[in-house]
Formats: sequence, structure tokens, C-alpha cells
Amino acid sequence: MKIDRVLLAHGSGGLMSQQLVEEIFKKEWNNPYLEPMLDGALLDLPAGRVVMTTDSFVITPLFFPGGDIGKLSICGTVNDLVACGAKPLFLSTALIIEEGLPMSDLIQIAQSMARTAREAGVQLVTGDTKVVEKGSADGIFINTTGIGVIAEGIDYRPQRIQPGDLVVVSGTMGDHGLAIMARREGLSFSTPVNSDCAPLFRIGQVLEAFGGNVRCMRDPTRGGLATVLNELARQSGRGIKVVEEDIPVNPAVAGACDMLGMDPLYMANEGKMVIVLAPERAAEILAELQKIDIAAEAAIIGEVRAEPAGLVLIETELGAERILGILEGEHVPRIC
Amino acid sequence: MNDKTYMKELLQEIQSYKQEVSLMEVCGTHTMAIARSGIREMVPANIKLLSGPGCPVCVTSQGDIDAVIKLCQEPGIILCTFGDMMRVPGSDSSLQEERSRGADIRVVYSPLDALEIARKNPEREVVFLGIGFETTAPTIAVSLEQAERERIKNFSLLSYHKLVPPALEVIFSDPDIRVDGLICPGHVSAVIGLKPYELLAAKYRKPCVVTGFETVDILEGIIMLLHQMSQGEARADIQYRRVVRKEGNPVAVELLERIFQPEEARWRGLGPIPGSGLKLRSAYECLDAAKKYQLPQIADLPIKGCSCGEVLTGKISPRECLLFGRGCTPLKPVGPCMVSHEGACAAYYRYTPAKERN
Amino acid sequence: MCLGVPGKILEVKENDVAQVDVDGNQLDISIRLTPEVQRGQFVLVHAGFAMEIIDESLAVETMDLLKELQKYRELGI
Repeated sequence: MKIDRVLLAHGSGGLMSQQLVEEIFKKEWNNPYLEPMLDGALLDLPAGRVVMTTDSFVITPLFFPGGDIGKLSICGTVNDLVACGAKPLFLSTALIIEEGLPMSDLIQIAQSMARTAREAGVQLVTGDTKVVEKGSADGIFINTTGIGVIAEGIDYRPQRIQPGDLVVVSGTMGDHGLAIMARREGLSFSTPVNSDCAPLFRIGQVLEAFGGNVRCMRDPTRGGLATVLNELARQSGRGIKVVEEDIPVNPAVAGACDMLGMDPLYMANEGKMVIVLAPERAAEILAELQKIDIAAEAAIIGEVRAEPAGLVLIETELGAERILGILEGEHVPRIC
Repeated sequence: MNDKTYMKELLQEIQSYKQEVSLMEVCGTHTMAIARSGIREMVPANIKLLSGPGCPVCVTSQGDIDAVIKLCQEPGIILCTFGDMMRVPGSDSSLQEERSRGADIRVVYSPLDALEIARKNPEREVVFLGIGFETTAPTIAVSLEQAERERIKNFSLLSYHKLVPPALEVIFSDPDIRVDGLICPGHVSAVIGLKPYELLAAKYRKPCVVTGFETVDILEGIIMLLHQMSQGEARADIQYRRVVRKEGNPVAVELLERIFQPEEARWRGLGPIPGSGLKLRSAYECLDAAKKYQLPQIADLPIKGCSCGEVLTGKISPRECLLFGRGCTPLKPVGPCMVSHEGACAAYYRYTPAKERN
Repeated sequence: MCLGVPGKILEVKENDVAQVDVDGNQLDISIRLTPEVQRGQFVLVHAGFAMEIIDESLAVETMDLLKELQKYRELGI
């Protein structure tokens, strides 16, 4: 293709649209479901409860250390399916491209989506492309919708959370949020911290073997760990208490947050899970998780209590307990 | 001895003190650190920790905020500011609202960033909103020095900088405020040194300890104050010895004295205090935004129900304000104490002790 | 705003600028206020400036505060 930028004509449905789809998307994502290029994909689903989830990605910048919007769009939806206890199978995608986006960027994003999908064991089976006038999108907006199937014996719901359960995080908190903030205009420091963007289906695989010992999972994206813990407390009607010094945080993230006056517990993660476990086999589950690279730093950070219902408490290094509230009033730039 | 054991020992030492005392922690960063670490909860009830006027955003008067908002409505101006100021409510608007209406307002981490914006936009007028105490003022002074050296004509400072010691005098001499000892700001003191507190301690017979911001620092600082009190002493002392020297930072002080002169300034909660603000000396007049744009002084329009003034002087605790958590939250702040990163109300709200959850 | 964090000077450059490391994050800051600073020293970083040199040996001294106080109490002072 000789044209080096995406033009409005690429979204009009005519010849140039077809070329875009054939030469980029079909080429990069090809699989038997996508191949027929029908208006929809005919899927073969294994037996089990079907889960569907959707997410849109409007992150800026489009490319960042640790990933890009393409990788993120796959991981975000895959991880939501994993959190539901499902094996992720199929993804659809809708792209809204800003007129003028360099073609090389679009190709790189498409390739990134393909690579991540392969790694996560999912297939991109159907999609849609639109092009909007310059200024109407930040380069590109991506939506992905995913379908997965939940196996027998898996039931991840906050309602199953009970007093005495343990709360685990699969690794360090705040990496993605900090990695993005540091690369924005106006913050001129170089950080070794990369986005932790990663598909987490292997966490789902490890936990599957433990059936009902896993109560619930959530991925702490926007709003960070604190937000997810509050959701779990509210939806389960239980209290959660975590210990501050047990929460893994990369020293570079802690240092940068100190400089900027931010809190890693409220910053986004794109490759982490919060997992609530029954206490009986928790140590064993933790050991299994630590064997996989994406959860090598998994740690128990707290426990579930009956009271205070719906609230999250955090114990400081001094042994004082205070409330870990939800994010209120802070305008956080677009980070996912 | 590891950190945790040492902290427990420090706490035990504090808990063994039986007298009723009120200690004021002046600095907003201390307020945040004390709230975040839970020190207030672990310290016995006979030791009251009051928050003082050490939040430079919070003590900026209502009228001054309205003046800034008026300035950023001028066409062609780029207003550069630290992040905190964006959501502080004026009597009618805020910088954030003005930005959404098209004003060019940019958040910077350092005044040097603002200077760079001026270099990159020679056809625009760049104004830096100068809010901060003696820690921040020298950094602005360096930027102004550089602007002068490079003959950058489109850069100026709108100075609402304030000095801490004059405010402490007002606190100590107010009969309605009971303060037995002062936890003095660590980083302001890194610049100004110990002398101002030596004068205060001698005049008002109250111990003053310059304290750091780690939990251990604050506990040690409290112990040093309690110990002085039990000995009937009233000295100025430094806990934060790894950063603060008795003579402060002479380079920074010299720079401040060369570029600024003290003038009367309006403090929210404390009223006008002579010699408590920093104004550019006449040699630097061309860098003075207030002169350049002939900003009028706008009268303070008090906001109904807002008790920021009383919170800032330790007369009430944030929870005693009728609007706390009801009409005034970080999402919809009525006064600056709830919206500033160092505001006492924001600290109390963000870091609520478990037992105060209702 | 009053936030100050410790950073290690990696390199002193020209024009009153130094490269500093804060827990692995690296940035250029002005050393106009601490002109005598040298590579390897720790400084307090605030708003893009080194405000003061940090002397860690003095930190050790303050840790002994408690022992001193205990000593005073034992002596009945």
C-alpha cells in the first residue's frame, strides 16, 4: 500500500476500506473464523457457561514502554474474562481511527494485537473499522468484546467471599499508571518502570485446579487496588483489611509517586489480579502462582472480616488502622 | 534494632507521658504524614496534635484566588501553576473551570518548566503563579534570575509567596489558640535554618523542634518536644539533622533576599500579617506580573459555612466543620483545605481512622 | 508541593544542572541552590531542584535519641 496515512476514504466502506481490511487486519489476524469475512463470525463454543465482556481503550500515548494500545486492548478484555473464571476464546474488535494516523502505526498496532492474541490463546474473529475527522479521536480508539466459557466447579463471585478469606495480589502495584504518567508531556523524568500490561490467562489456569477455594478475582485497572478492594467489600457486604507493608510496590514506583504526590494504591495495573481465597489451601495456591512469571511476586496482603461491612481498612507501619477509601475527586489522565 | 521495633519503643515513650499538651504541626506535609501513618490515633488522648497554617494553597486568600482567575481570563496569557491550585474554588470559578472555558493554564512540576514554556512561546506572555513558602520561593528566585540573565521578556511571576515565621508569631500570640510546642516544618527550615525558631522559642517560651516527614522522624520530634516540656525547657532544636542545618541554606537565603522583599500579605484564617509575604524588589519589577497587568486587589468574599480559617489556626479540627464530608468533599470542595494536597481537611478525609468511620 | 524526596547525584553537568537518581528514576535537576554538591552525594529534591545535601551519618545519630532519653530517665534527670 503506497498511502502512508489513514484517510477518511479508508472508512467509507468502499475499495480503500476493503484494502485496509485485507492488507492489514486479515493479513495479521487471519484464522478460520475470520477468513470467510462475513458480517458476523460463526463460533464453535465448548460446553459451559458463556461469559461476554467488553472494554474500550482510549489510552494516550499509543505506544509506551511495556506495550501499546493494541496489546492493551487484547489484555484488558482477556483479563476481564479470566477474572470471571472463564477460559478466553474469541474477541471482536472495533477500531475508530483518526484521519492522519500513520499507516505504520496502524500496522504496528494490528501486529501487536495479533501477537498478544496468540500469546493469550484467543482469536480475533470479527471486526469493524471507522475513520473520523482529524481531532475527533486521539490517533485511535479501540473496543474489544470477548467471549469465554466457564468450566464446571468455577464460580467467582463477590457474594462467595466470607470472613476469614485471604486477599492476594499477583504482583507489584501501580506500574502501568506510573509508566504512562511518566511519559506524558511535562513530566521529564526517565523511569525504569514499564507498563505491566500482560494477558493473565495462566493465572486462570493455575487457579482452575483449586475450584471452590477461589472465591473471586478482579483486575485492578483504573482506580487501582484501592478501588477494586472497595468494590469487593461493597459487593460482598464484608469488610477487608490489608496491611500496607505487605502490598508489593516497586521501589521506583514508590519513589516516583513520592516525587509527584501520588499513591500507588490508586494507580492502574494492566497485568495484575486481586484474588480472594479460602484460607485452607491459600499457601499452596500462592506457591503455585509464584511459579509463573507474571505472578512471581504474588503476595497475601490482607484478610476478609465480617466488619466493618462494605469498607476497606489498611494497617499502617505503626499498627494504626485507617480507611482505604475510593478515589475521589482526582482527575486522572487517560491511562487505559 | 529494626525500624518497627524502634517505632514501637518511640510510641511507648510517648504513651508514658501523662500531661495534657497541645502540639501544633505547622506544615501541610506533616499533616498528611501524620494522618496517613495513623500517628494521631496511636498517640494518647492527652497529647493533642493540631494542624496549623502550613499549607500555602490553603492560606491563599479568597480575594487573591479571584485575582488569579481574573488574570487568566486575559487573552494571550499562559498561566503556569503547580497542580494543587487547579481546583481551588474562587468566589465564582476555579482555574480548572477557566481552563475548560478556553484559558491557557498549564500544570508544571517546577518553575523552570514554566521558564521553558516562555522560551518556546516568545509571542505569548507566560505568568508563573507563585504559591509556596520558603522551600519553594528560592526555586522561583532561580527561575527569575535565569529569566533576567537570558533577557526573557515574556516571563513574569505573580507572587503570593509567604513566610512561615510571621504566621507562627500570630499563632503564639493569639489567646484563643493554645499551643504548648511546635513541630516545625522540615523543608522550609532546610532553607531558613534554626534562627527564626530560636527567636520564637525565647520570646514565647515554647519549645520548637524542626522535624522530618518519615513516621520515625515525627515520633522522635514529638518526643523531643515532650522531653523539653518535662524539663521546663523552651528551646529550638533539630530532629531532622540529616537535612537541616542550623544556618539553613545560605545560598538560597541570599538569593531570596536579593530578589524579594517582605511585605504585608493576606492569610486566609489569620488575616493580614505584616512582613509575611514576598514581593519582587524594584530591580525585578519587569518580572512582576501584578505590576505588569495592573492586577487590582480583590476583597475577600467569605464563603458561607466555610470554616477553613478556623481549621488553619487549629481552632477547630476538620471534622468539626459543619460542611466536612457533607457539603464539602474532595470531589466538590467548598474551601481550599479540602482540595489542596496538603490541606488538613483533605488529610482527614482521605485518611480516616477506622474508628471514626461514621 | 512541599514534597521533597532524597535522590543520589549521578553526574554533575554544566550550567548548574545535575542528573539525579530517585529510587531508579532519573531526572535532571538544578543544583543552583547546592553548588558544592558532588557525584555520589544525596540531596533533597524538590520542584526540580536540589535543596540541601543529605548527611546520612547524622541520621544514624538521631536513632540514638531514644537511648539518650532512657539514659536521662535512669539518671533521674
